[in-house]
Amino acid sequence: MGLFNRRKTVFVDADILVIGGGMAGCGATYEARYWGRDLKIVCVEKANIERSGAVAQGLYAINCYMGMQWDENRPEDHVRYARNDLMGLVREDLGYDIARHVDATVHKFEEWGLPIMRNPETGRYQREGQWQIMIHGESYKPIVAEAAQKAATEVYNRIMVTHLLLDEKHENRVGGAVGFNVRSGDFHVFRARAVIVCAGGASHIYKPRAVGEGMGRTWYAPWSSASAYALPILAGAKMTQMENRIVLTRFKDGYGPVGAYFLHLETYTENGYGQEYESKWYDHTRALVGDYIDRHPVPTCLRNHAFLEEVKAGNGPIRMVTREAFQDPHKETVGWENFLGMTIGQAVVWASQNIDPKHTDPELTTSEPYVMGSHATCSGAWASGPADCAPDEYQWGYNRMMTVEGLFGAGDAIGGSAHKFSSGSFTEGRIAAKAAVNFAMDRAREQPEISERQYDELKAQVFQPLETYRVGRNEIVAGTVSPSYILPINGLQRLEQLMDEYVGGIGSHYTTNEPLLSRGLELLGMLKEDLARLAAEDLHQLQRAWELRHRVLASEAVAHHTLFRRETRWPGYYYRADHPKLDDEDWHCFTLSRYDRHADSWEMEKAPVYHIVD
Amino acid sequence: MPTFVYMTQCDGCGHCVDICPSDIMHIDSTHRRAYNIEPNMCWECYSCVKACPQNAIDVRGYADFAPLGHSVRVLREDTKGTISWRVQFRDGRVKSFESPIRTTPWGSIPSPADMPAPSAEAMRSEELAHEPDALKVADLPALRPGQFRKGAL
Ligand SMILES: Cc1cc2nc3c(=O)[nH]c(=O)nc-3n(C[C@H](O)[C@H](O)[C@H](O)COP(=O)(O)OP(=O)(O)OC[C@H]3O[C@@H](n4cnc5c(N)ncnc54)[C@H](O)[C@@H]3O)c2cc1C
Ligand code: SF4
Ligand code: SF4
Repeated sequence: MGLFNRRKTVFVDADILVIGGGMAGCGATYEARYWGRDLKIVCVEKANIERSGAVAQGLYAINCYMGMQWDENRPEDHVRYARNDLMGLVREDLGYDIARHVDATVHKFEEWGLPIMRNPETGRYQREGQWQIMIHGESYKPIVAEAAQKAATEVYNRIMVTHLLLDEKHENRVGGAVGFNVRSGDFHVFRARAVIVCAGGASHIYKPRAVGEGMGRTWYAPWSSASAYALPILAGAKMTQMENRIVLTRFKDGYGPVGAYFLHLETYTENGYGQEYESKWYDHTRALVGDYIDRHPVPTCLRNHAFLEEVKAGNGPIRMVTREAFQDPHKETVGWENFLGMTIGQAVVWASQNIDPKHTDPELTTSEPYVMGSHATCSGAWASGPADCAPDEYQWGYNRMMTVEGLFGAGDAIGGSAHKFSSGSFTEGRIAAKAAVNFAMDRAREQPEISERQYDELKAQVFQPLETYRVGRNEIVAGTVSPSYILPINGLQRLEQLMDEYVGGIGSHYTTNEPLLSRGLELLGMLKEDLARLAAEDLHQLQRAWELRHRVLASEAVAHHTLFRRETRWPGYYYRADHPKLDDEDWHCFTLSRYDRHADSWEMEKAPVYHIVD
Repeated sequence: MPTFVYMTQCDGCGHCVDICPSDIMHIDSTHRRAYNIEPNMCWECYSCVKACPQNAIDVRGYADFAPLGHSVRVLREDTKGTISWRVQFRDGRVKSFESPIRTTPWGSIPSPADMPAPSAEAMRSEELAHEPDALKVADLPALRPGQFRKGAL
């Protein structure tokens, strides 16, 4: 224990603790200050909030904006859109709640200095599609971070949060969080009355397309490390729709987004022989999902499905036809700036391979799956809904509170509410923060009890990989191969490989079944055991070690949910080969899981889908 | 190696270390200059490239799929409020782009604590900060469903 005792422990007491200063976390921090003028509001971030999270390189569009001031869309329209895209299953109350507030968020962004493009003819925001508006968003994240910095009592950068703290008197009440400073190695204990988890989604759960130097060029950021799921899971919060992991059709190698290309530049796809192919798969898809294929717009997963079938039939590569559109110099500029503004790696790939979309139609591919809650997918924690429009079954307290008292969430962390994107995640952070302030004020006299024993035990666990390395390292001459420990990269690659092979990654065309999932869970169990022998050479690797632990826990949830839902709800995202069809009779429902950390076991249940909009 | 640092340009100031979201720009203890310690966890996000006062950091596309000979260079001028890009293809063709990054001075966002304090009644309403004004419609939309419907629609 000597090693752990020597390490400094820093205590921070807060009223509201925001974990993760990305889009949702910055929204939460800002809003918490507005309502909680005298409260101590602390934001803790593993990187630097100026450039952290999925928006680090900027964005070229805001994908969720109603335009109510110009009567462009109503919040109900957005609910219908998201429900349709997710094959009928969304938390309509949560989605409606975001949609009705999101315009105010976007107007604030513009006031703060975010350049939003205008349509020169109408003077309105330049639409990319029905829900998207175009921005010059290189500095989106620094601007949003400035708002959060102005609002926070304190922002702690470079602290990797590893665990939530729980009240000693009430098992099911959160009391803060712990983590370590990646630079100094200090242990941090944050005691708080309400906690808002905004730690983003998960990449590197599945094996990516490139596995060498380019393994970091995933679509979702490599630093999206599943903490938003692992932290609540370990605290016993219920999770929902963890099987609904997303696969994205993107430009090959760089994973450059296609939204602006389809919607604004009006480019289209064709197969390797220059043929349109989507209509070819209509009957086949209809046999699997019924009339969901007739809905407009065609659900994202079903468009992936046609792509995959066409490639499996040997008619690849699928290409985006850009040569026509790019003759227009305006469109050419938009096409390039779109990537320089949010996926620079795609511009690097094109420059390196001499792909000028004006002369060459670039290839598309489908990505490995990601777990997230803010895009065309809705994995995350099961949260209480808004008081005025959520059915009773979805309301057990404050808006966006998880099933653990005092524990809130927003953005990728919250399940059931797809299509929030950057603006909706920030907005959901605001919603959660107002509720968390109300919670903290209503319980002003209640102070969660956190014993020294609780955080000392966690301290030992947090730094164990350094000790494991120090001891085990002496056994071998040099190098990375040891009989008694594994390094974070070894564990990560094992995780990615087994998720790929058993839980439906790219290697198996996203297909799995009960025997594969059961075997996958066994192997995940052994990986979990081996995590006790994870070794870290330094603090950077210690961060990687904890990111890996979080990813493994989220992956376990994915596998359990996928096993539980005995249907193929979203062909194109994944396939249960043993239950190949959509089954509305039995599975028009949410899947919920709860992890029992004492017994190391998972419990699954169904929850009803309530429609609040026609 | 996604990002790399030119030996003669880096002065070891540490801005890149401070900003990298992946925590992979570190200072080499022998040379006292920065380098990428974990290229396979680099997103080519260019946060460090934009932050380097010496323009010492550049990117070479991932070896897995990017042939050599290209370059994508950036100059971010925050006081001017612009970002400029120069894309050079492997075959030597060049394209240049410039975009605005911000329309207001850095540091000009007001703190929400400077707004008039909300009333107790507002605390309990569904409205968020600055609403309904910031919505630019008269009222926050509300939906009080008469009934909830279960099952497929
Ligand atoms: C390539 C790409 C293109 C996109 N395009 C668009 C678009 O055009 N329009 C649009 O609106 N949206 C777009 N999005 C989606 C948008 O970025 C996300 O919806 C949004 O960022 C989600 O917000 P979040 O706060 O949940 O997660 P993030 O913004 O990712 O924030 C999570 C934060 O938590 C921190 N964190 C994680 N773990 C820990 C831990 N253990 N301890 C402490 N801190 C931690 C992270 O460092 C990060 O700062 C795009 C995303 C990507 C990757
Ligand atoms: S910011 Fe530039 S000059 Fe400073 S340490 Fe990094 S590479 Fe060197
Ligand atoms: S490009 Fe981004 S991820 Fe890569 S080293 Fe620079 S800041 Fe880090």
